[in-house]
Amino acid sequence: MARPENLVYSKTHEWVRVDGEIATVGITDYAQEQLGDVVMVDLPPVGKTVAAGQEMGTVESVKAVSEVFSPVSGEVVEVNGQLEAHPELVNQDPFGAGWLVKIKVAQVPADLMDAKAYEQFVQEEGGH
Amino acid sequence: MKSKSLRSREALIFERSTPGTVGYQLPAFDVEKVDPAQTLGANLVREEIQGLPEVSEVDVVRHFHRLSQWNYAVDDGLYPLGSCTMKYNPRINEELVRLAGFSQVHPLQPESEVQGALRLMWELEQALIGITGMARVTLQPAAGAHGELTGMLMIRKALQDRGEARHTVLIPDSAHGTNPASAVFAGFKVKELASTSAGTLDLDALRRELEAGDVAALMITVPNTLGVFEPEIAKAAAMLHDQGAFLYMDGANLNAFVGIASPGKMGADALHINLHKTFSTPHGGGGPGAGPVAVSRLLEPYLPVPVVDKRDGRFALDYDRPKSIGKVRSFYGNFGIMVRALAYILSLGRNGLKAMTEAAVLNANYLRRALQDHYHLPYQSPTLHEVVFDDSWQKPFGVSNMDIAKRLLDYGFHAPTVSFPLVVHGALMIEPTDSESLAELEAFVEAMKAIAQEAKENPELLKTAPHTTPVRRVDEVRAARQPVVRWYAQDSEAT
Amino acid sequence: MHRYQPGAGDRQRILQALGLSSPEELFTSIPQDLRVGELPLPLGMAEEEVRRVFRQWAAENVTADDTISFLGAGVYRHVVPSVMDAVLSRAEFFTAYTPYQPEVSQGTLQAIFEFQTYVCLLTEMPVANASLYDGATAVVEAVLMAARLRPEKRKVFVSRLLHPDYLGTLRTYAEAAELELVELPWDASGRTHLEAVRPEEAVAVVVQSPNVVGVVEDLGAAKKAAGEALAVQVVAEATSLGLLAPGGRFGFDVVCGDMQAFGLPPSFGGPHVGFFATRKEYLRQMPGRLVGQTVDEDGQRAFVLTLSTREQHIRRAKATSNICTNHSLMALGVTVVLSLLGKKGVRELAWVSHAKAEYLRKRFALLAPKVQLAFPHSPTYNEFLLLHPEPEALLSRLSEAGILGGVATSRLAPYLPPGILVAVTEKNSKGDCDRLVEAVGRLT
Repeated sequence: MARPENLVYSKTHEWVRVDGEIATVGITDYAQEQLGDVVMVDLPPVGKTVAAGQEMGTVESVKAVSEVFSPVSGEVVEVNGQLEAHPELVNQDPFGAGWLVKIKVAQVPADLMDAKAYEQFVQEEGGH
Repeated sequence: MKSKSLRSREALIFERSTPGTVGYQLPAFDVEKVDPAQTLGANLVREEIQGLPEVSEVDVVRHFHRLSQWNYAVDDGLYPLGSCTMKYNPRINEELVRLAGFSQVHPLQPESEVQGALRLMWELEQALIGITGMARVTLQPAAGAHGELTGMLMIRKALQDRGEARHTVLIPDSAHGTNPASAVFAGFKVKELASTSAGTLDLDALRRELEAGDVAALMITVPNTLGVFEPEIAKAAAMLHDQGAFLYMDGANLNAFVGIASPGKMGADALHINLHKTFSTPHGGGGPGAGPVAVSRLLEPYLPVPVVDKRDGRFALDYDRPKSIGKVRSFYGNFGIMVRALAYILSLGRNGLKAMTEAAVLNANYLRRALQDHYHLPYQSPTLHEVVFDDSWQKPFGVSNMDIAKRLLDYGFHAPTVSFPLVVHGALMIEPTDSESLAELEAFVEAMKAIAQEAKENPELLKTAPHTTPVRRVDEVRAARQPVVRWYAQDSEAT
Repeated sequence: MHRYQPGAGDRQRILQALGLSSPEELFTSIPQDLRVGELPLPLGMAEEEVRRVFRQWAAENVTADDTISFLGAGVYRHVVPSVMDAVLSRAEFFTAYTPYQPEVSQGTLQAIFEFQTYVCLLTEMPVANASLYDGATAVVEAVLMAARLRPEKRKVFVSRLLHPDYLGTLRTYAEAAELELVELPWDASGRTHLEAVRPEEAVAVVVQSPNVVGVVEDLGAAKKAAGEALAVQVVAEATSLGLLAPGGRFGFDVVCGDMQAFGLPPSFGGPHVGFFATRKEYLRQMPGRLVGQTVDEDGQRAFVLTLSTREQHIRRAKATSNICTNHSLMALGVTVVLSLLGKKGVRELAWVSHAKAEYLRKRFALLAPKVQLAFPHSPTYNEFLLLHPEPEALLSRLSEAGILGGVATSRLAPYLPPGILVAVTEKNSKGDCDRLVEAVGRLT
């Protein structure tokens, strides 16, 4: 299962890539696989202020709804409009075209994990 | 199950339309014609609705006859959906509900003209009081979930009456999804209670929550969704009552103890009864059912209006109940369902009802014993009317509970409940009910054993199942990604 | 053993297989102090005995079949094609469960997909669900959906001319949902007075048309008054949709109500069938089940329950509704009746009902001042209010003459003007109408 090295990860299975003051956020390969075929993505409106750990949207499969928590604090500056028509991008390319939101970062929490720590976390949590 | 050789495609009724065809004739028109544009005003009137079909009576009969043949139904055979109690639906009940004296009675006729209907409701209430040991029953809720909401609204009102603002409803993690949803729609917040390792209510956790205060009620299914009786239920009731909180009992699994034990003795304050489960009224492809709520003396003043009263041998609808929560639906309930349920209760009587419970529990335990070497049993506690296995012995072959369920369809059985309760990963929840003979159970066991074997030897067969049904596995992802919930006259609109 | 249960031989063999001597040993997990003795019920009865009891009770009711009936007020008696009950009597439909396994439930699923389409066509709305319990709970679900869509607002402006049971049910639910109902009065024409509506504070504006006194509301005005709030049309007499322009044409956000009028028996008030239609953009906020079209692995068209993540069994406390059933079999019945009536019949049935009601209305107008039409200059479909100071007494005298003359408003709600609601359908002949007028003339 893919866990790109250049990203940091949350315990709720979101990934974050910080470029300057902008953080791009998505759900991990592990999360999308657990969820199954994504049929709908519900994202926050642009301009919304989110706090780290706050629920900011949902990703739905046929049989499950998974909440997406913001891994950082800041203001939503862009959402992935592609997902409305093509939610399957979250399955096909979770770290690329399946990104969810871009956040202008106010604060990045210290407890985000690097790829190695996240891999260990996943193994401990799910035994997968 | 029916084979694919039977006509397995039937166009939508709208697609069968042929201009100029009709399937009806109204009684002779015997008054002056009117022009609706004049009597109503041109802007209020519509013309014939484009898209409605033009088909003959023969077309309609064939259409629905063909559709019916693609359903699996209780009359096809064992329907082992756990928690759904898919028992036989007696034919006499269908005959009785169609008597003009029941079906052609209007709810707003004067009470003097509907004494038989009111008597029937009163008799059903008495029977349910006798069975549950509770004080009174409202027959109004249209379904189990509607009963839950009605019960929780009564609890809310009782608390308000005492001048107490309590907001928390405790619900075990093994509960039906309707429980938390109903509690929320009744204005409460839900707190989930983790079960013990035996799958039952954790009294220590309950005590901690009660000490924290704010608890309005515990909502609990007895026996729980694993089929395990809650041994501490009376103690839990006493703890709740000591703190001024209520016990709401989900009666979905009442089929496990009718005539053996009573919710009244367990300390329930409110309990809904699914007439379409325990008392055999047909499920109808998803309703209508009925979810009467039985209550303790404490909650009686809050019952929805009207209640049926008996005064001097006459039956009457009583709306004069100042503490009532009010109306929860139109009129008095799903009367047609009540007719069937009471016919069932009287057909069985006290002896038959007890025998029903015993047969249900014997059948479930037979299946448990016969299948426990082939499917993993996650909880070892004794079970009553249903048993929950999981797919952990099949998982290593890449076979899931869903694959097992789909393969069962090929063997001519309906699937068990899958993926519920949530406390069991990969659950297969089996409830054979009291209707099934040993021969039917044995046939089911043989099918389940064969599938367990296939899972090892030919998992692909299961993953691509079903193979013999009118349609193959359907694309649920596509249905959800691009929802099409109606037919359109022009394809171009169908987006 | 009972005739609905396996025999004593089976029971013995299962006991042996389990190594038990009595079924009692399976109940040891239930503490003794929770046990009961014999249930306070009679012994089981033979089929013939049950039949006798129920026939006796049925005979204690006066049925519309024995008399001439003008009863309506939410439950209407239209023609019932024999095909409908023949279809509903098929065990493949009535003994099946919710179609959770689509491969063995295509019959129910396709029929409900057709029901959803019928509701859309009748209401001129883009989407409809698989049905709800009844008209009253459909109104509740519409208001709760509106509240989800406008979470900052708390007021619901609702016409007092809703069927009183619908309004009463809405009051019960609204209190728990902490919504404030603002009840709108009616004007001299028997239409809802909309002046008090404040769209900027409103979750929704709810009107019934035809309303409980039979008057066809000005839906255009109601939609305009609703402004940014959701406009909800309630329909209690569904056959009116065959003749009257529905809410969808006026830009309503929800059209909902009860479909009983399309051939379901009155059954002393239930089971009937609620319906719910709305805009496409609210699809994922809708309550209740939905059937969607898709394909199977062979690419063949197939139907399946869809968007179930809205529902309680997945979303639990965050579900769009606590409902987990629809009234599937009743929806099937309505689907059969609508199929038989078809394009021509849906309009003709409505037109005939209306024409007969107009005939009766005119005849009553000539009886003035003995009785008076409450709203003589307002458009009505097939039901109207006849003012009379003592409606229950008049009805009981009519009943002695073999006529169920209508519903006394005092039976419905204390705030309605005293009188009798008279409903007419294609089942009432001119002779029935004449007898009613003649009897009222004689008895007043």
